Amino acid sequence: MHEDLNWAIGGEAGDGIDSTGKIFAQALSRAGRHVYTSKDFASRIRGGYTAYKIRTSVDRVESVVDRLDILIALTERTIEENMGELHDGSVIIYDGERTSMQDVEIPENMIGLDIPLKSLAEDAGGAIMRNVVALGVACEVADFPIENLDASLEKRFKNKGQAIVDNNQKAARLGQEYVAENYDHDYGYDLETTDEDLVLLNGNEAIGMGAIAAGCRFYAGYPITPATSIMEYLTGRIDQYGGKVVQAEDELAAINLALGAARAGARSMTATSGAGIDLMTETFGLVATSETPMVICDVMRAGPSTGMPTKQEQGDLNMLLYGGHGEIDRFVVGPTTVSECFWKTIEAFNLAEKYQIPVFLVSDLALSVTEQTFSPDTFDMDAVEIDRGKVVDEDDIDSWLDEQGRFQPHFPAADGISPRAFPGTTDGAHMTTGLEHDALGRRTEETDVRIEQVEKREQKVKTAKEREDWDYREFGDPDADTLVISWGSNEGAIREAMEYLSEDGFDVRFISVPYLFPRPDLTDEIAEAESTVVIECNSKGQLADLIEHDVLERVDRINKFNGIRFKADELVEDIRNAAEGMEVEQ
Amino acid sequence: MSSEVRFIDFKADKQPTWCPGCGDFGTMNGMMKALAETGNHPDDTYLVAGIGCSGKIGTYMHSYALHGVHGRALPVGIGAKLANPELEVMVAGGDGDGYSIGAGHFVHAVRRNVDMTYVVMDNRIYGLTKGQASPTSREDFETSTSPDGTNMAPINPLALALAAGATFIAQSFSSDSQRHTQIVKEAIEHDGFGLVNCYSPCVTFNDVDTYDYFRDTIVDLEETDHDPTDFDAATEKIMDSDKEYTGVIYQDPDSVPYEQREGLTENMADIPTGAPDDAMDLVREFY
Repeated sequence: MHEDLNWAIGGEAGDGIDSTGKIFAQALSRAGRHVYTSKDFASRIRGGYTAYKIRTSVDRVESVVDRLDILIALTERTIEENMGELHDGSVIIYDGERTSMQDVEIPENMIGLDIPLKSLAEDAGGAIMRNVVALGVACEVADFPIENLDASLEKRFKNKGQAIVDNNQKAARLGQEYVAENYDHDYGYDLETTDEDLVLLNGNEAIGMGAIAAGCRFYAGYPITPATSIMEYLTGRIDQYGGKVVQAEDELAAINLALGAARAGARSMTATSGAGIDLMTETFGLVATSETPMVICDVMRAGPSTGMPTKQEQGDLNMLLYGGHGEIDRFVVGPTTVSECFWKTIEAFNLAEKYQIPVFLVSDLALSVTEQTFSPDTFDMDAVEIDRGKVVDEDDIDSWLDEQGRFQPHFPAADGISPRAFPGTTDGAHMTTGLEHDALGRRTEETDVRIEQVEKREQKVKTAKEREDWDYREFGDPDADTLVISWGSNEGAIREAMEYLSEDGFDVRFISVPYLFPRPDLTDEIAEAESTVVIECNSKGQLADLIEHDVLERVDRINKFNGIRFKADELVEDIRNAAEGMEVEQ
Repeated sequence: MSSEVRFIDFKADKQPTWCPGCGDFGTMNGMMKALAETGNHPDDTYLVAGIGCSGKIGTYMHSYALHGVHGRALPVGIGAKLANPELEVMVAGGDGDGYSIGAGHFVHAVRRNVDMTYVVMDNRIYGLTKGQASPTSREDFETSTSPDGTNMAPINPLALALAAGATFIAQSFSSDSQRHTQIVKEAIEHDGFGLVNCYSPCVTFNDVDTYDYFRDTIVDLEETDHDPTDFDAATEKIMDSDKEYTGVIYQDPDSVPYEQREGLTENMADIPTGAPDDAMDLVREFY
């Protein structure tokens, strides 16, 4: 079991919660400790409550739990919001000098540390540093060497000048000294450091980094939570590799910009959330019918309509599989961890170009905001391979011209894959269209050509099914009676729940599915299990429906759609109940 | 190579299905001539066409081309140009495509000022769907969906472009082949987004904005002392609803295309077979 510490800072939006949390997470990461972060937004009370939560251990951590050991509360509401996660001995750090915090009552079973955060920050050079004072307090409480904080403060503030860095480091020490002098508790924490080399990043950053590694040079997008940080990551970075990010006027333009760049030969991408996919669906059919490679990323949030934009949900699967009028061939790939966000992005670009097809890369809010530590080797750039598929140049274009010397962009090859000639290629000039077309890309309504082209596009999918690995990720006991199936970010929480279950002698086989279409055939696996439970963050059980359709057998379901990701400890009971045929409470 | 290219090289071997007498024939011929006469080659040209009668142009011209989704041709053209600035990008569509369903993209394409040419085949009617009012139809224009007229002022696309910061605004008439070709050539040669609103009469469904009407009404600015670099003079012409002006109405001689401002010169299609050499630097950023 993890010797973990669960830490959080919470307050109002605008209190610098994110950046303070990130500074502490980075300090832990640089000290060789594993980190897994999450973000909270208010559900019970309207307003701007937000929290940055860190789970840290010397071992890898893959999920969040419903437990909070140290809480920096900038508002009284922060304490209320987290009462369910606080426990006997939890430490609450707050500033009793703050007018709104004067009447705060700390439960008797917890340790309240009333620290004049603002006054100490002013002593260090400015009230703005009160969160950093609190970080110094947290270092003392957790017995975490404050020198580790210095490096991440330097990283955060170095572009503002050495004086600012010095002031912040001083502020942290004032907090540390104040609590050491004024309180005499044995908190019982000892955050040891290790020599492990770790990097800290979230799923959206991993997708952005994967895109650059994969040769993506053009990104068009429209700001939308929680996908925007992919665009922000790529901005400035992709330029260094000859690429460009374009902020479009809307998602309709974004996908069409990406389409134009892809037709010109660039590896091209857009990212959005479900509401943006709605708009992009208009052009999606054109992308597929014109056989244009493109990666379209959907970082899912709770829908429908505007739904709950800052909340977790995995509700877009049906749309990604079936969205758009007519029958549209596409692939749907869904990373299940932060590091897989990197590798699946690269794979999505290769699939898109090899099969000249749009690929939906589906992530979710939980992956997008989770910052997690990894060994740098996890992202071994030497292992990245780029396969551009059947691109032809001047030298080999002759073999793809018809008797009249015309290039055939939709030539119905046996494997369904036509040649691709980028604009600028001599003798390759051709058109394509969203209208049904012949091999030359010209409009037709002739029935035999229609049948040939529809079958040709379907053949690409059949070819891909044969040539590619559409395998699942497997964990736990392969002979267990209980089979758990899931997709997306749930993987980490389920794996940790399995550890707890295993300690109680309850073994589980877990299949995490990163390919939604084409997807692995689970018929045998489900036949071998006594009970199958499909876990997903939606109310209808969209993956469960698909699996029932695939294997013609009923499965049990665990669904969560309150906007909050699965947590390891709650899943322990849910999985056991589901496996034993009991109703799972939402 | 460029000197060998003739306008016929931009012609596909598919015969247009436009109605006999349709203005789009002349509009297209002028575009092909302008492309050839400015030294472009079909293999280095990217044509994006919208939806409608005008959108069929992608099928009748020979070049690299995409016939896209209704109203979204401009962002496709911008994407292609930014990905490979060497390409000559031309976008063509109708008044419905550009000023109705694509109006949002129109103003933003104007703003971005990418070096490309946009030819709008403006017939003031929806032709392919057999005669409904378009955004440039007159207020009293009676159609199957506007039996008492539209009761809306027609859009002034040139004013829209001017307000969005256009660097090149021109208007032409499809049946005046020589002038139309010349105006499209100037749009191609302009360093930035070149708008050519081409009167391209619909002989089947529009009996108001006819060849005769345009012949009688058009004032060619080349035959006046109009100075297209004079913003105020251009504004005056654009806002004058009593006349139909052709010619280059406004041109910003200091225009610098977006892709140049952004320092884009490389063909983004050229990428290595693996991650970039220094890609581990991206990982190290996360220490």
